[in-house]
Amino acid sequence: MTRATLSAVLLAVLVLVALTAPWIAPHPPSSVVTGAFADPSAQAWLGGDSIGRDLFSRTLFGLRHTLGIALAVTVGAALLGITLALVAAIRRGWLDMVLGRLVDTLMAVPQIIFALMVLAVLGVSLPTLIGTMIVLETTLFFRVLRPAAGDVAAMDYLEVARLRGEGLAWTLRREVLPVLMPTVLAEIGIRFAFAALFISSLSFLGAGIQPPDADLGGLVRENALAITVGKLAPLVPAFVIALIAIAVNGVVDGFVRRHAIRPELLP
Amino acid sequence: MSEVLHVEGLRIEARGAPILDGIALSLQKGKVLGLIGESGAGKSTLGLAAIGYLKAGCAVTAGTVRLLGQDLGQQSPEALRALRRQRISYVAQSAAAAFNPFWRLERQVTELAVTPDRRALARDLFARLHLPEPEVFGRRYPHQVSGGQLQRAMIAMALANRPELVVFDEPTTALDVTTQVEVLAQIRQVVAEQGCAALYITHDLAVVAQMADDILVLRHGRMVEQGAVRQIVEAPRTEYARALVAHRSGSAPPEAAESAPLLAAVGLELGYGRKVIVQEVSLAVPRGQVLAIVGESGSGKTTVARALAGLIAPRTGSVRLEGRALAPLVEGRSAEDRRRLQFIHQLPDVALNPRHPLREIIGRPLTLFHGLSGAAFQTRLAALMADVELPVALLDRVPGALSGGQKQRVCIARALAAEPDLLICDEITSALDPLVEDGILALLQRLMQSRSLGIVFITHNLGLTRRFAHRVAVMERGRIVEEGATGTVFEAPAQPYTRRLLAAAPQMRAGWLTEAIGSLRPE
Repeated sequence: MTRATLSAVLLAVLVLVALTAPWIAPHPPSSVVTGAFADPSAQAWLGGDSIGRDLFSRTLFGLRHTLGIALAVTVGAALLGITLALVAAIRRGWLDMVLGRLVDTLMAVPQIIFALMVLAVLGVSLPTLIGTMIVLETTLFFRVLRPAAGDVAAMDYLEVARLRGEGLAWTLRREVLPVLMPTVLAEIGIRFAFAALFISSLSFLGAGIQPPDADLGGLVRENALAITVGKLAPLVPAFVIALIAIAVNGVVDGFVRRHAIRPELLP
Repeated sequence: MSEVLHVEGLRIEARGAPILDGIALSLQKGKVLGLIGESGAGKSTLGLAAIGYLKAGCAVTAGTVRLLGQDLGQQSPEALRALRRQRISYVAQSAAAAFNPFWRLERQVTELAVTPDRRALARDLFARLHLPEPEVFGRRYPHQVSGGQLQRAMIAMALANRPELVVFDEPTTALDVTTQVEVLAQIRQVVAEQGCAALYITHDLAVVAQMADDILVLRHGRMVEQGAVRQIVEAPRTEYARALVAHRSGSAPPEAAESAPLLAAVGLELGYGRKVIVQEVSLAVPRGQVLAIVGESGSGKTTVARALAGLIAPRTGSVRLEGRALAPLVEGRSAEDRRRLQFIHQLPDVALNPRHPLREIIGRPLTLFHGLSGAAFQTRLAALMADVELPVALLDRVPGALSGGQKQRVCIARALAAEPDLLICDEITSALDPLVEDGILALLQRLMQSRSLGIVFITHNLGLTRRFAHRVAVMERGRIVEEGATGTVFEAPAQPYTRRLLAAAPQMRAGWLTEAIGSLRPE
């Protein structure tokens, strides 16, 4: 089995587990079933967390939160970022200029600091969390796709479309997007992995999912103290975060590799 | 006389498929061998093999290349490098791509020189190649000199160590005709002075007829014919060589009766930003006729074509279709006007979306302009493919699977799908091989007659103009300097610039280059 297939299988398992968490988790995520930082037992397979909740069940639900938010953010940012990048590349002029500088400005501030500031002002809730992350991730989609779309916009087949009198929407959808598809898909994969890491970081810092719910980053934070007494508790959610990043990267890498040796599919 | 290069039974393969097969040649000191053939014939591969170089993925599977008695296949990489540094050299097609924009010319030209006095060497080389101010020419950067000068600087680089073999790989293909004549004359002169042997690769039989002593005709990696220049040009033995020679002959189309113009441009002034590119251009094309706009690069001919199509708005003047002024930009024109005027681009590679199958490329104008669908759509599609002589089976392929000539036919089919009255063709055959070009021109001629199309044909190729166009407009620095029936303009050019252009168009007869140089150099 190649690395890409292996990664795809791993990702599929993670998604399946996240989807079925309420049914396969042995305990509700918030009920105390064992002692604080208890060792693994038949009752709690991976032991207890900081107040004796089942770490295994909480990790399943944490995975569900992390993947769900990462997916929402990636889909939102991809739709917004790709659309803006393509329109800017075709229309050029002041719109391109304004969007480009706006993105530069947003990118000049470190993502995590910007997000913490915004969340501190607006207050932490799921919509503001997702909204803030979408805005930040949109800048990255724009930054990658605007130049790529610019290369396509310079092609004579777009001039042919213009001479034929095609509208903007048709041109973007039928002429530009298909050519950029390899770049778009690779970028979506990479951004999904980063979105998962981003929400984990925010939760670790306390600005993400609020207790008693916890995503993977929140779980690491809750159990961070246990590392000083030699317990495994914080390493379990950290390991799952790593699995997500590895699986997504493996899939994207395989995809890019497959298309790189078929140059006719690249712009 | 000693033998410089000896190739025997050479076979080069890439991924199991032969690129070259059964090549045998011998080149003596002081002789020039011309390699001619269409793209993909293996000319460049053979040229590179002569300096012991193979492109990535290629391998010699049989035969030998001997340079000055040494078998290049047996040499160590170090020995090959030493050979390439001192005894053989290579002049590439695009000088602009071969120079590093960061360094001054003198440094690059003398980079491999063995003599310690590099400045004197550079000065001497620049002077011999008639470069302006040889004392200071080397202090310039590549972007500060013209394309022809850069090409000459590359030839200077190749000659720096007085090599025994120089491989010229289409060194003048990217140049304008008048520049080409100068560079050709200088190559011939310095090769004669140095007494070195040369391989001259080109797809232009007229050029090679001026440069070489012998010609080797390649096709699909095999030798078609080999012989002295005069023998090949005057009495080719093989059918392929005969076709190559015949390509250049042919007579002008008969002068058509005067009729009301289909498309006319009146007093166009065009430019980008503050820069004025075209001034006072007026022209007219009736139905069933070809108007050629000829000129060198930068003369503004493509800008005129773009203004006719509505891609740029004229500063002053207007474009008229059957006497009615059209909107300056295509966005302002009606669907009917957009349909009637079709534009065909120079490079089909970038004019066809690589992701669209031909069915979609050619079918889009059918649905957009004519609302066709279902059986009517399929019938029309098949008819268009037949019109441009492409098999219907290609409809589900993407452009990447097609050859250059086939791609240009697809572009023509797409234009025809709109049922136009006028075609604007921007150098549409300049990237194609001579025989493919003949096919495209014959196709256009047939379509023009059967549909009584008007054609505006932008080109720098005068031979093509003479064979194909009814009328010709000659452009120089943004103005039309001469306009008239092709026969009249070519037989009795009224303007000095037209005379220069005509004198510079390569011809096959012996002695043409000397005459051309004589008539082009100012008295």
